[in-house]
Amino acid sequence: MNTVTSSPPVAGVRVVDVAKSYGAVQAVRGVDLSVAPGETVALLGPNGAGKSTTIDMMLGLTRPDRGHVELFGMSPSDAVKAGAVGVMLQSGALIRDLSVRELITMVASLYPHPLAVDEVLLLTGLQDMASRRTQRLSGGQAQRARFAVALVSDPELMVLDEPTVGLDVEARQSFWSVMRAFASRGKTVIFATHYLEEADAYADRVVLMSRGRVVAEGPPTEIKARVGRHIVRATLAEVDVDALAGLPGVALADRHGDTIELQCTDSDAAVRALLTAYPSVRNIEIRGAGLEEAFLELTVNADKLPELEASR
Amino acid sequence: MTTATYTRYELLRAFRNVRFFVLALAFPLVMFLLIAGPNRHEQLDGISFPVYYMTGMISWGAMAAVIASGARIAVERSVQWHRQLRVTPLPVRTYFRAKIESGYAMALLTIIVLYVAGISLGVRLPVSGWLTMSVLILIGLIPFAVLGILIGHLLTADSIGPAIGGLTALFALLGGAWGPVLGEGALRTISKGLPSYWIVQAGTSAVTGEGWPLVAWIVVAVWTLVLSVLAVRVYQRDTART
Repeated sequence: MNTVTSSPPVAGVRVVDVAKSYGAVQAVRGVDLSVAPGETVALLGPNGAGKSTTIDMMLGLTRPDRGHVELFGMSPSDAVKAGAVGVMLQSGALIRDLSVRELITMVASLYPHPLAVDEVLLLTGLQDMASRRTQRLSGGQAQRARFAVALVSDPELMVLDEPTVGLDVEARQSFWSVMRAFASRGKTVIFATHYLEEADAYADRVVLMSRGRVVAEGPPTEIKARVGRHIVRATLAEVDVDALAGLPGVALADRHGDTIELQCTDSDAAVRALLTAYPSVRNIEIRGAGLEEAFLELTVNADKLPELEASR
Repeated sequence: MTTATYTRYELLRAFRNVRFFVLALAFPLVMFLLIAGPNRHEQLDGISFPVYYMTGMISWGAMAAVIASGARIAVERSVQWHRQLRVTPLPVRTYFRAKIESGYAMALLTIIVLYVAGISLGVRLPVSGWLTMSVLILIGLIPFAVLGILIGHLLTADSIGPAIGGLTALFALLGGAWGPVLGEGALRTISKGLPSYWIVQAGTSAVTGEGWPLVAWIVVAVWTLVLSVLAVRVYQRDTART
């Protein structure tokens, strides 16, 4: 997954072979990432995939053990000093004893070209809570205020680490509609998520991470086809696993006693074929494969998979 | 970009913190009135009782103000706000300066309120006396401002409240804020080795018209130096780990 040779003509975000270990735990094991200006990229992966550590290194919050990062041709700390980066970190709360408006104003004052505070309050749906003290906000409201803190700087690059955790469906949708409007102004957006649907719906490109590595990257449709698998479980005695794996729509087959498990790229076709070929099959169950297992498989097979380069 | 707005809101936050007011202002003021009031015509440690107790309670309250301001870093760290600030253009220097400035602003309020309370109990000093006393108090607070930043990085948000209360009480008690440490034994020697003692002694300096003796300057300088070295170390350890 080495993209060093095809670096983009205009410098956006360049992450070159960064790695970070905490004691014996290798959080990130050599990640390369190039993001062009104006691109929206999702870092998709289960918890512990190394997304947050990668983001922390991208922002200069964590020093990589090796490798380096450039943001718009600058070091992360210079880009941050220039006010070019807006960040919503994964964890954290707001400082107390200020109203929402005061907090946003305070943060805005640190930047060279901030957005108008009223505009940000409107965009993030906080206008009715502008005079409320930050410690009296609900979880979802606080999350929106944290988004406002990131947005008010009007940054060239927005980095969001699991931004919609704790938001209800409605707040999630309004969050992404603001992000879309922001990205449409030619801004660069990088967000980490463990929701495939979010990556699919809002990213131009998805970077799949697992166990500290990039295991695949490409347009959302390709990634979705790859990890958006369904698993069919059923009871079926005396059957050849290889025969099952050969059924249409089936990618992998496994058997434990009388229980068979099929990983399917097309579960409809697979079930139809299964019923036709084995009328005695019982207890058919179909479920979406969790990202966790999809990623695990990708990690295991990473060497065998054909290179799936970014569409650009 | 200007950091004036940032500092202004830091101040606003400090003044909105109720516990801060109770510890740094209400307690010392009430104790001053309760204890110095009935003894307003007495002498203490060679000077008038109200003058001694005025600087005593200032030593306690203003010390609490500057320590608590820096110590609030612990609370901000507990909600990861320090990481959020590190991805803004705010210089680290300004962050600490704002903490020290808001601590001093609160301390100034304590000082002024206790001056007024002292005058109401009959404290009369020449203008030069008030000035000398004020300058010495503000200088004596420097090591405590650093101490606040130090414990703000050492302790957790849960333990910071009791730590501020305990530390200020200890420094105040041993420094003679509630009455001089008597005798010439080891305790008296320890007392003279504390910056809080010399804040209390600013009252004597105001009455005699003489400044601090050399030993006072050495005590304040050494405490400031040692605490600063520790604070820088703890800060570096804190940022290197993440």
